[in-house]
Order: sequence, then structure tokens, then C-alpha cells
Amino acid sequence: MPDFEPVLLARVNKPDSTSLESYRADGGYAALKKALGMAPADVVAAVKDSVLRGRGGAGFPAGLKWTFLPKDHSGPIYLCVNADESEPGTFNNRILMEEDPHQLIEGIAIACHAIRSNTAYIYLRYEYGRSYRVLEAAIKECYAAGLLGKNILGAGFNLDVYLHRGAAAYICGEETGLIESLEGKRAWPRIKPPFPAIEGLFRKPTIVNNVETLCCVTHIINRGAAWFKSIGVPPDPANPRDLGSFGPKLYCISGHVNKPGCVELPLGVTARQLIEEHGGGVWKGRRAKAVVPGGISMGFLTADELDTPLDFNGPLKAGCLGLGTAAVVVVDDQTSMVDVLYNCCRFMSHESCGQCTPCREGTKWMTRILERIRAGHGKLEDLDTLLEVAGSMGIIPGTTICGLSDGAAWPVKNAINKFRAEFEDYITTGRRAVTPAQELMAAAH
Amino acid sequence: MPTAFVNNQEIELKEGERLNCIQAAQRIGFEIPHYCWHPALSVVASCRMCLVEVGERKPDGTVVMQPKLVPGCQTPVKEGTVVVADSPKVKAAQQATLEYLLLNHPLDCPTCDQAGECGLQDYSYKYGRGYSRLQEPKNIKPDKDHIGDQITLFTDRCIMCTRCVRFTREYSGTSELQVVARGSDEEIDVFPGRPCNNLLAGNVVDLCPVGALCSKDFLYKQRVWWLKEARSVCPNCSTGCSIQVEQNDDRVYRLKPRTNPMSQGHFMCDEGRFGWKYIHVENRLTFPVRRKNGQIRTRDWDDVIPSLQKALAKAAARAPEKCAAIFSPWMTCEEAYMLASFLRSLSPKFRLALGPVRVTGQDDTYPKDFYGRPLEPVRFTIHAEKCPNHRGVSMVLEHFGAAATMGDVLAQAEAGLEAVYAVGGDPQGWLDEAQAAALAKAQLTVVQDILPSPLSEQADYVLTGGSFAERDGTFVNYKGLAQEIHRAIRSPDGARPDGRILWELSGRRGLYSVAAIRKEMAEKVPAFSALAQGVLGEFGVLLNEHGAPEPSVVAAAK
Repeated sequence: MPDFEPVLLARVNKPDSTSLESYRADGGYAALKKALGMAPADVVAAVKDSVLRGRGGAGFPAGLKWTFLPKDHSGPIYLCVNADESEPGTFNNRILMEEDPHQLIEGIAIACHAIRSNTAYIYLRYEYGRSYRVLEAAIKECYAAGLLGKNILGAGFNLDVYLHRGAAAYICGEETGLIESLEGKRAWPRIKPPFPAIEGLFRKPTIVNNVETLCCVTHIINRGAAWFKSIGVPPDPANPRDLGSFGPKLYCISGHVNKPGCVELPLGVTARQLIEEHGGGVWKGRRAKAVVPGGISMGFLTADELDTPLDFNGPLKAGCLGLGTAAVVVVDDQTSMVDVLYNCCRFMSHESCGQCTPCREGTKWMTRILERIRAGHGKLEDLDTLLEVAGSMGIIPGTTICGLSDGAAWPVKNAINKFRAEFEDYITTGRRAVTPAQELMAAAH
Repeated sequence: MPTAFVNNQEIELKEGERLNCIQAAQRIGFEIPHYCWHPALSVVASCRMCLVEVGERKPDGTVVMQPKLVPGCQTPVKEGTVVVADSPKVKAAQQATLEYLLLNHPLDCPTCDQAGECGLQDYSYKYGRGYSRLQEPKNIKPDKDHIGDQITLFTDRCIMCTRCVRFTREYSGTSELQVVARGSDEEIDVFPGRPCNNLLAGNVVDLCPVGALCSKDFLYKQRVWWLKEARSVCPNCSTGCSIQVEQNDDRVYRLKPRTNPMSQGHFMCDEGRFGWKYIHVENRLTFPVRRKNGQIRTRDWDDVIPSLQKALAKAAARAPEKCAAIFSPWMTCEEAYMLASFLRSLSPKFRLALGPVRVTGQDDTYPKDFYGRPLEPVRFTIHAEKCPNHRGVSMVLEHFGAAATMGDVLAQAEAGLEAVYAVGGDPQGWLDEAQAAALAKAQLTVVQDILPSPLSEQADYVLTGGSFAERDGTFVNYKGLAQEIHRAIRSPDGARPDGRILWELSGRRGLYSVAAIRKEMAEKVPAFSALAQGVLGEFGVLLNEHGAPEPSVVAAAK
């Protein structure tokens, strides 16, 4: 699909793309004006019709989520923008916020109008300093131009947007963890029900949406649901629960490729296309051994599975957890999967919030088993222990509160099931491990 | 009536009743293991020990089960809910959770205070796998002595159920305890310089299902399996918390709150929890005393009791209007009743007065905010009235038409008293030197007490009674709840439970029987008619609710 015209990233390479002036020159805030002329329920219906699925990882239909809010609630209702982008390999929100902040603010305003909210919080990852500065400036511009604050565009709609900088924890990206953190508490995800749409931030109805999701809302209002549905992949008839994967998606390509970066493509592009056509191929003329389809918590695709379409359905069929954030990380054939998996487990055990027993203890245990294997003291039965531990944690078996644990378990399940021979060889031949960092350094010299 | 099913057994739900799976299973006597859930605290569903399978039985009889395990503490049981808590899937989850919890647990049961009453031990035997597959060294965290004046933390034993954290947030409101660090590095800790010293702090030790939070007072004093429990009531304020006295070999080692929805709920305060040390002090009054002209004549009960009977009878015959008795709010209702009816049998003019009721400050309510200001709704009250049975003794005295106070008796003592019978019992002292000197001027001075007082040094008769742990009887708390106290230990050599002293003094035959007195009292005193069955049960009997009018109403009717 080389002739795809970017929508979300259309303005990123323009000079001065972050200013209100340039955004307006490109037709910005027309969607907001249009939305404010519509009844909130019609905006919700338009987004629902488009089958816009959340871009944050779970792929839950955004319009459907908005309809879960209680009817005729006296308010306040809150919108939380999940900009705590921490999934390893993911940087699409960062580009949207740093290069085109007004696209996001317009999406926020439209969403708030739709859900009848007058307050929105952007929960921004601490590490995104530039995003913070750009968004702050953009919000200031909007207040000055009457695009935020009281009586926006003369339509009698009030909206305040607050930019909140988190304190750097992966778990704050989980929607109820984010809410707890925003309330000033420890980011321990809440038990559900009640879901945030019923009782969320400050115990009021709350919608949590990802940055990219809200950016899509702007374009759905501008161009209509039919346009949105003309892009992407229709539902898989073999899977009655698949809602289809419509719209443009930002794919992040990183790892062992020649040209890492973020590209916007219609949903459904295959991993091979991404690597070959957009990532410049695997580096140093090597072959891809494994590909992470959407952030490390989604698991791994093997070299044989590279033709998997990266839509909301494809990675599932290949045994991965899902599309996730569509952050593709390529692992070349010179890299040990033991090291890759160790890195995943170390990250997850460091980021486990520690609330639920299986995740708190299980992530750490898996890390320590892999540490031992890498130190040359592994046993073959360790692989079964790893699989058993991974199988006993997460919301899929029902043993944890949030999905972090599934994300910690999936790379382990995928790596050992799909690359078992390599793990067994590593353990039996006693080859000492080479960390990816050391290898990279060696390559640089 | 709504019906639910637990392990294929039907349970009936009352209308509007909100039960979770753990409580529903308790109905059929089945235990769903749990750590983080506690009936008095908010639900966090984080320990994942209570995972069960849940489904719904449709009206047509078909059962649809949810594919996932769910935490039993968080899942409500409604009409048609099907709970399966003993399937292989559930057992596998329990085994896995226990293995996780024990991964880094030091397994130092031989030196752990909690051994014998430990949630990890008990559940490991019942649900665990018996061995750990961890091959790496355990993650050992440092112990923390600084948690509180009464509390120490064995960090490595902690299972992060956060009961203690929630207690200080939701009950005491003081929020001293918190979770620090993240993931498997998490620890319970306090903010530097803000130790957990609130007056409800001791409860976190009871709440801790493992041996992590330990009481410094009890630490290494006794193995819990040697302890024998007796149901009792905390005597340190008029809240009347239901407690159990735990003793071994006639030595009390600790008091623990006993759950009583009619009384205080689940907890008790530290004033009560640690307020029993006077039981075992060196200078307890032991053998009784009879003095003549300041000289001790005998210390033998067999001599003291008959001689006192005669002396009291003589005094009451000579000048009954000049005879007075001071009742202590530390007496049980039965003791007060026996003494009052005995003295009034000597002479109906015998003056009965209520002794000093110690009141310290204001009622102290919890939760509090960060600055110590009380918050609504109140979940726990430490009453300012620091005695257990003011209400019960007053009810007895009102029945006998007595309205005098200790002040009246003291005033009369200045004018000269024939006999005074004073009952003490307050371990913090109940009269000063001047008051003692005034009372000692009476021709016949009798004091019944457990600790030395200015009066016990000079009284003609000293009757050495028992502490609350050594007596049987009834205490009535501030709101009229009558609860039994039971004898946990024997009195030190020479001392006798007050009930037995009064039983013998009033010339009753046979062995002292608290049930017999309670029945007699319920017959004679209308305010106590609800106690007629003689046994009050685990939670006690609310006197006002059972038809017995308020004491003030009884007084007005006379």
C-alpha cells in the first residue's frame, strides 16, 4: 500500500506544525466546529459507527465505551487522556503530541462534547519532556484563542484541559492505575466492576482514551464514519467476535532494522511488509528471527509468521496476545531468544505494581529463573516451570486484577513454545550468554 | 427467598442481604481461604487466595459458568449464583498462589510468634504443595523495629495483603502504614518520624494473617498453642469491647478482641489491650486482713469472714443510718447485687453509694484525619469513662433505691460513721490519703480491693478480691449491653474472686455460682429480667431491647 496518504501524520513534517496558526491553516478545528453543531449523542453515534477501536492496546471500541456512561448523570464526567506511553518499542503517541498537538486537543474537545464532560486530564508520561512543553504551549494558545475555556467557539460549551505529568511507572498506563495515580495515590489498578465509565476519577464517571484514538476522532468527524471504514480490514467471518480493524494506524518499527521509525498505514499491513517496505529490511543483511507484533507484552511472531496481518485479529491467530500498540520490534537471527526473553521479564518484574500475588511473585520468579539459565545453571525442567508460572498469571486465567500480568506471561509462553529448541540448546550446551547490549557494542567497534 | 449454591449445596439468602462468596460458603461451613479480605475492611482482591469458579443457574435449571476464576471476596452472591470452591481448577490456583506467597518467605516458623495461628501455615497444610520449586536464594528484606512502640515488622514474612495499611486508613484514619517500593521489592513501612502509635495500632498485629507484624509486648513470651482462651469483656472503659483473655499457667499473656457486632465490632484499643499488667504486679493484695487497734490479728479467710459478718451485723443493729457502703463501677452486676442485698438484709437503712467513676478527657472517636481531628462516620469509640460497669452497678443501686455518691458518704464520715464497706477495683487508684483518712474514722472500716490503697493500710478488714481475669459475672456497657466475663486464671494465693467473698459473706450455702445469682437478680431486679436464662451467649444481651426498661425509667417508676 505505497500510495496511502497519511492522515494522522499528515502534518508532522511541516515547519511550525505545532502552532495553532499552521493547524488552522490546514483546516484545523473545523471538526470541532462541526461537532459542536451536532448533538452529543450524534457524535457518539458517529464514532460508534466508525468502529474505532482503542489504539492503546486492548482494542476496545471507543464509541461503545462512551455509551457505557450513565445516562442523565448530573456530572461531573471526566475524560482522561492516556498519554502514559510506556510499552517498550512504542513511540507513536510521542510523535503525535510533539509534532501535532492541536490534532490531539481537537480530538479531546470533540470527545468531551460527546460525553458531556467539561474537564479533561492529559496523563503524560514523565519522560516525555518535549511533549509536555509542546502540549503546554498548545493548550495556552487554545485558551487564548477561545478554543478551550468558557463558551468554546460561541457554542456554549465549556472545557478545561489539564496536563498532568506522571512519575514514570508503566502501570500508570493501565486505565484504573492511571486514575489512581491522577488522584494522587499509588497506581494500583482498581478491581472492576465498577468500571471507570460508572465510577472512575474522583468516583465520577470517567472515560479513558489513548492519544491516537482521540486523534482519530477528529478525522472521523471531519470525514465521516464511512471514510474511516473504507480503510483497513473488515471483520473476519471465521471469528464472530472480531469487529473488524478499520482506520489508519501508526506502526512503530524498531529493533534490528535499517530504518527504524513510525509510519502510518491502514490496519492490516503484514509484519513482512513493514520490515521490508517501511523499515528498510533487517540490518546487516541478516534475517529476522522473531518479531514483536505490538509491544513486548504481546509476545513474538516467528520468521514463518511474518505474513501475519497486523490488525486486531491477526496476531491473535498467530498465538500472540493481540495487536497491542502496533509497535513492531525486530529481533535478528544473531540474537539469543533467552536474552530477549530475559529482558522482557526483567522489565515486567520491575514494572509489576505488586498488588496481586501471582504477578508480584511470578514476574520476579521468572526473571530469576532466566537469570540462572543465562548464568549457565539452567535445567530443562525450568522451561516447564516457566510455562506453568506464565500460565497461572493474568486476567485471562483470572488470577490478577489488571492485564500487566498477561503481558508479562505472553512473551514467556510465546518464546518457549515457539523457540523451545533454542532454549533447550542454550541450557544443555551451557553456552554463556552474550547480552544484546554487549553484542551491539561489539558491532559498533 | 433467594437461593444460591455453594459446592452443590443450597443456601438461602435473606432479602436484601449482601454476601460475597466467602461469606456464602461460611453458611455451609466451608472455608474459602483468604488473606487480604477482612469483613471490617475494604475489598482489594489482591492476595488471590480466594479464587473460585462462579456461574449462574438460570430459571430453567441450566448452569452457565464463567470461564475465568474470580476472587470470592469481590464477587457478590445473588439469586441463582453458583459458587464452586473445591474444583481441581480452584485447587490448582490455591496451590499456585501459596507457592508464590512462600517463594520468598523465610519459613522461620520455629522462631516465629505467629506459628500455630498463622494463615500461611494453616493454608499450606490444607491447600499447599508441600515443597517449593524456587532454586534461587530467597529475597530477604530487613526487619523493621521502628514501625511503632508496640509493633515490630518482620518484613520478610509479609505477604502484602495490606490489611494493616487499610486498617490505619479506614479505621484509625491515621494512615501511618503504607506500601513502599514496587513489585516484589514492596515493603510495609511508616514515613520516617511518624511511627504507628495510634491508640488502635495494636489491631494491626491481630489483622496480620502471618507473622510479619508482631506485638513487642507478646514477642517471644509464649507459644500460642499453650495459650487457653476465656471469653471476657475489656474492663478499661465503658465501651465494653468483647475480648478473649489468653493465659497459660495462671498467667495472662495477651488480650485479643473478639468479634461482636453488638458491641465494638472487630477491634479493641491499646489502652485495653495492654491495660492488664496490674494483674501480675508484685504488690497485689493477697491474703485478707483483720486489724484490731492497727495491729494485724489474722490473715485467714476462715476467721475473717465470720468475724466480719458479726461486726457488720452489730454495726447495723446499733446505728443503721450511720452505715454506708461504697460500690465500685468495677464490680460485676452479680457482685453488686449480692453486696447490696446482703447489706440491706442487715438493715434497710444501710446507705449504698456509687464510688468514683473515673473519667479521663473526652470520648475518643476514630477515624481521625491527619491532624488528629475526629471524622464522621465514627467507627470506633474509646469512652472517657474508664470503668467497665458503671451502668450495671447503677442499675443495681437504683433498684435498691440508692442514689448517694461517694461525696455524700465522705461528708457523713466527717460527722462520724458506724461502719463503712468500700469496694475498690480501679487499678489506677480510687481514693486519696484525705479520703482514706476520713473513711478510716468509722468504727468499722472494710475495704475490698485488689491493689494496696491508702485505705487498705488502715482498714479493719481488707478483703482481697480478684481482677477481671479472675472473676465471673456480668458487665453492662455504656449502651446497656450485658456481657459475661469468665474466669481465665486463678487468683494469686490468698486472694479470692469477689463473688465468692460476697457469696460467703452473705451466708449462702455451697459453692459460688454466678448463674444462680444472675437468675436470682433477673427475678428480683426488673431491669435485669432479660438475663433470666442465666447464660448470655457469645454476644451478650442488650437490656433495653428485651423489654427491660432503661434504668432511669425504673427509678422514675418507684
